[in-house]
Amino acid sequence: MFDDLRDLYQDVILDRARHPRHGGRLAAFDATAEADNPMCGDRVRVWIARDDAGRLGGVGYEGCGCAISLASADLMAEAVIGKDAAAAREAAARFESLARGGTLTSDDPAFGPLGVFAGVAEFPSRVKCATLPWGALVAALGGGA
Amino acid sequence: MNVDTRPAAADLSGLRADFPILSQKIRGLPLVFLDSAASAQKPRVVIEAMREAMETQYANVHRGLHWMSERTTDAYESVRDAVAALINAASREEIVFTRNSTEAINLVAHSFGRGILRPGQAVVISEMEHHSNIVPWQMLRDAHGIELRVCPVSDAGELDLAALGELLADRRVGLVSVTHMSNVLGTYVPARRVARLAHEHGARVLFDGSQAIVHRRIDVQAIEADFYAFTGHKLYGPTGIGVLWARRELLEAMPPFLGGGDMIGTVRFERSTWAAIPHKFEAGTPAILEAIGLGAAIRYVETVGYAAIAAHEAALTDHALAIVSAVPGLRILGAAQDRGGVVSFTMENAHAHDVATLLDRQGIAVRAGHHCAEPLMARFGVESTARASFALYTTRAEVDALAAGLHRVREFFA
Ligand SMILES: Cc1ncc(COP(=O)(O)O)c(C=O)c1O
Repeated sequence: MFDDLRDLYQDVILDRARHPRHGGRLAAFDATAEADNPMCGDRVRVWIARDDAGRLGGVGYEGCGCAISLASADLMAEAVIGKDAAAAREAAARFESLARGGTLTSDDPAFGPLGVFAGVAEFPSRVKCATLPWGALVAALGGGA
Repeated sequence: MNVDTRPAAADLSGLRADFPILSQKIRGLPLVFLDSAASAQKPRVVIEAMREAMETQYANVHRGLHWMSERTTDAYESVRDAVAALINAASREEIVFTRNSTEAINLVAHSFGRGILRPGQAVVISEMEHHSNIVPWQMLRDAHGIELRVCPVSDAGELDLAALGELLADRRVGLVSVTHMSNVLGTYVPARRVARLAHEHGARVLFDGSQAIVHRRIDVQAIEADFYAFTGHKLYGPTGIGVLWARRELLEAMPPFLGGGDMIGTVRFERSTWAAIPHKFEAGTPAILEAIGLGAAIRYVETVGYAAIAAHEAALTDHALAIVSAVPGLRILGAAQDRGGVVSFTMENAHAHDVATLLDRQGIAVRAGHHCAEPLMARFGVESTARASFALYTTRAEVDALAAGLHRVREFFA
């Protein structure tokens, strides 16, 4: 009955939602921002800390949301740690395109583990769940830096 | 709850055939539609009434001296009579058509709030209001110096009447505006007691009847209300039509809300005069077809009968509360003694969205989110819930499907 739902709720997603690796706020951080989805009340706050080279040395998040948005936050943190701001923004744009079912495909090596979110494109009401933490990240990155 | 004192559950299963949309399949599965509290499906008589008006009897109202306009005006105005009879208003002039409940409440916030209440007075709402009965009062507070007070609800989801008495004690409250039935908890508020409490302290009372009027007969005089608001689309009627009822003397004292055609006596550039009530509050071409649809919906509900509807839904709700709460890890919000056909719940290890998506895959439509009641979510320490809600066409089999579906959802996330 739920066979097609496995496309949405891949094991990685269920696992990350239940056992986050990067959850929690950073004790020392350079910027933080929140994104919310007024339709459902979901909220994610992201903290970022830069290393000496200006790259993202640490990314943490806290939020209340569905399995999709929490897993997305966790995998996002993993994907952008070590990137500079420009590369992180680019990753955010690529992710948005993936989640909305754009032209990029999930086996594009650029996505790595984020490819598991390709399935959300089939669930229009859930796309916003997957992109929510990325919105917070981009806001935390701000205009400059 | 004592089931023995209730009328026997009415068998309304034959009525499903009156709702064309319900025979559809979703992903090959029969549609289990448990989201009627957001908006109800429409019986064929409503669809037909609107179609027939457009095909045989349509023109603008109150304007033409020709046959079509007169017939359409009669059809439109006869719905005012039907609404007045439905809620036992003292007169048809006390019925104002609006777009929906939200507009009805905004009308009161604007016209009564700015025209009658004075800065320094207060308005009391409750913790279990829909945003449409919160935000207009915040706007009034900020624009007009009105204090906004919030009456708490108990853990069972009932209005705290002792606290309400305290909020009223200084006699500065001009209006108590509360829901008659919570769209999240299902709680019915003891309307007459609330009204008496308000009146004893010199306050008027508004009930948001958006949910309440769907499940039970409302008698605005018996509950001693001053204002009553509801929305057509939840009462099996079309969108775009709602009702504000208010006591004649209030409507007469209140300044108009919107200005324009239809609401005037005479217009001069120096000064215009207002039409008599209710037209004073109905500026512009009204929702003619939607009103006609609402009239058909009211006739339909009256034909089925509130006694049968209430008995049917009470039996469904009792059944749902029993079998849904038996799903491990499931928590139902609210446990009011007096409640209508709405069941909100959270599930351990699964967010409401995930629950809704998995139910949807089984052809079961529920709502998930904050239900336009964020402060109530905060009160119960949750961000969102899933909600199943029942209508006169809901069947026991649908409720059983919900419970079976929830067991599968739980296994999926276990
Ligand atoms: C209790 C309550 N009040 C007000 C409303 C608003 O109704 P509408 O959007 O039709 O104005 C709703 C429905 O969403 C409701 O459930």
